[in-house]
Amino acid sequence: MTVAQRYRFIYKPLVFAACLVPLAWLACGAFGWLGATLGVDPVKELEHECGKTALNLLLLTLAVTPVRELSGQPQLLRLRRMLGLFAFFYVVLHFTIYLVLDLELNFATLGADIAKRPYITIGFTGLLLLIPLAVTSTNGMMRRLGRRWQSLHRLVYVIAVLGVWHFYWQVKRDVREPLIYAGILGILLGYRLVRARSRRRDSARSSVRATAAHAAQFTSPSRVGPTLRPSESD
Amino acid sequence: MKVRVPRIAPSDITPEEVYFSRRALLAGALATGASAMLRAAEAPPAAGAPLSYTVNAQYSVKETPNKLEEIAGYNNFYEFGTDKESPSRNAHSLRTRPWSVNVYGEAEVRGNFDLEDLLKGQALEERIYRFRCVEAWSLVVPWVGFPLSSLLARFKPTSRAKYVEFTTLYDPRQMPGQRVPVLTWPYVEGLRIDEAMHPLTLMVVGLYGRVLPNQDGAPLRLIVPWKYGFKSIKSIVKIGFTSQQPRTTWAGAASNEYGFYANVNPQVDHPRWSQASERRIGAPFLAARRPTLPFNGYAEQVASLYQGLDLRRNF
Repeated sequence: MTVAQRYRFIYKPLVFAACLVPLAWLACGAFGWLGATLGVDPVKELEHECGKTALNLLLLTLAVTPVRELSGQPQLLRLRRMLGLFAFFYVVLHFTIYLVLDLELNFATLGADIAKRPYITIGFTGLLLLIPLAVTSTNGMMRRLGRRWQSLHRLVYVIAVLGVWHFYWQVKRDVREPLIYAGILGILLGYRLVRARSRRRDSARSSVRATAAHAAQFTSPSRVGPTLRPSESD
Repeated sequence: MKVRVPRIAPSDITPEEVYFSRRALLAGALATGASAMLRAAEAPPAAGAPLSYTVNAQYSVKETPNKLEEIAGYNNFYEFGTDKESPSRNAHSLRTRPWSVNVYGEAEVRGNFDLEDLLKGQALEERIYRFRCVEAWSLVVPWVGFPLSSLLARFKPTSRAKYVEFTTLYDPRQMPGQRVPVLTWPYVEGLRIDEAMHPLTLMVVGLYGRVLPNQDGAPLRLIVPWKYGFKSIKSIVKIGFTSQQPRTTWAGAASNEYGFYANVNPQVDHPRWSQASERRIGAPFLAARRPTLPFNGYAEQVASLYQGLDLRRNF
């Protein structure tokens, strides 16, 4: 089996099934299967569990790049789209439960909530920003957008910040759990910052080397070589 | 989400009479006559033991009360953890007897009182009250208790007593949630003296005709039905009469979100969520949200207490 086949026939179906486990567990709770229960306030339980699953998947999506780079498994990229789309799926579910079961389709309250409650405003913004990313997640869209695709999909960083912030602001007093999410997000985004800086440095270093090599053609190598070596403090 | 503990089938439960008659038999076998009776009288009232009380229909709402497992399984009692399920899981570590209450401040009668002495002579009554949490959910609860005023009167508050301050037990060994500084411990709440003396303000010792479960604030808690739930302090060990407005826990934690008065008011939103409506716990899907009533439906009885007070500023 080639790597592509292994992903297609084994890993992807497994990840797909794993992403459905939270939904299946909530269904068990709703119907009282396997001893699961949604507790005294099932609406809040559904709402919060879908929201948290969405955040988990969003962070998992953002973990793909660091993990594939650090583990030397570039093929992991093949799983990222599915994780991202499942994050979107659970965000939509979270919002639908809020609108239908919590607000009971009271659209006036929905409007007031989005306009007046900062944590709902930022949560809703995150949901809206996810839509273009979901729509452009197909291979065809990737081809069509070319280089702009990657710029557009950097929006996911903003969305993840909005999502964690939404969680933090919704909590009444005990902010330990949202702070854990914030910490993980900080690591995932921080990794990218550090990597971008080191890449810039690498490219600067190689361009300096190129210049040095170019200069060496015109001057004595013994004089130019050592002085042009970039310092480590760059 | 939690896994449900297997339910005990009703047929498996020993009927109370049989249970108590067995106990009586055992007690009779162990000791005779007076000594056994003495021991029974000294035994601490366990959570769930039946209480004798009268029904106060005048002060009861007509709505159907929530189920016991809802009232005792969905609690904000951060002393036992911040999840709604934590108190019912953890509150077994609370020892509700012996229990004493310290009375201090602007009153003629002060000192430490054993709970049994405080309860002596208090006629218990059942009142079915609405309970509205600041988080915009609500319950209907059949409390068993007595008016706070009849307790406070025994301490003979002086004319300098303008407020009453209540304090919850502080003991991290019994209340594991207090090991985490999510709030400033111990929990403190307070009322204006006229609010405290209002006939609706209840000292609660029971629920559904039985001794209060620990997670609902045993052995002694306050219920102020026209205020958000956090005002109704649980497991009280101190009652003080003060001339200054008490520094209450939630108001101290976030003064822009939680006020001293905390009267239920659909017109004044919490800065982060609306208070215009609430969800009734246990109500059927898509029929649980209902408009929140001013003073939680007790406006007729209590609105006059706040005449001339700007309720928007004094939220």
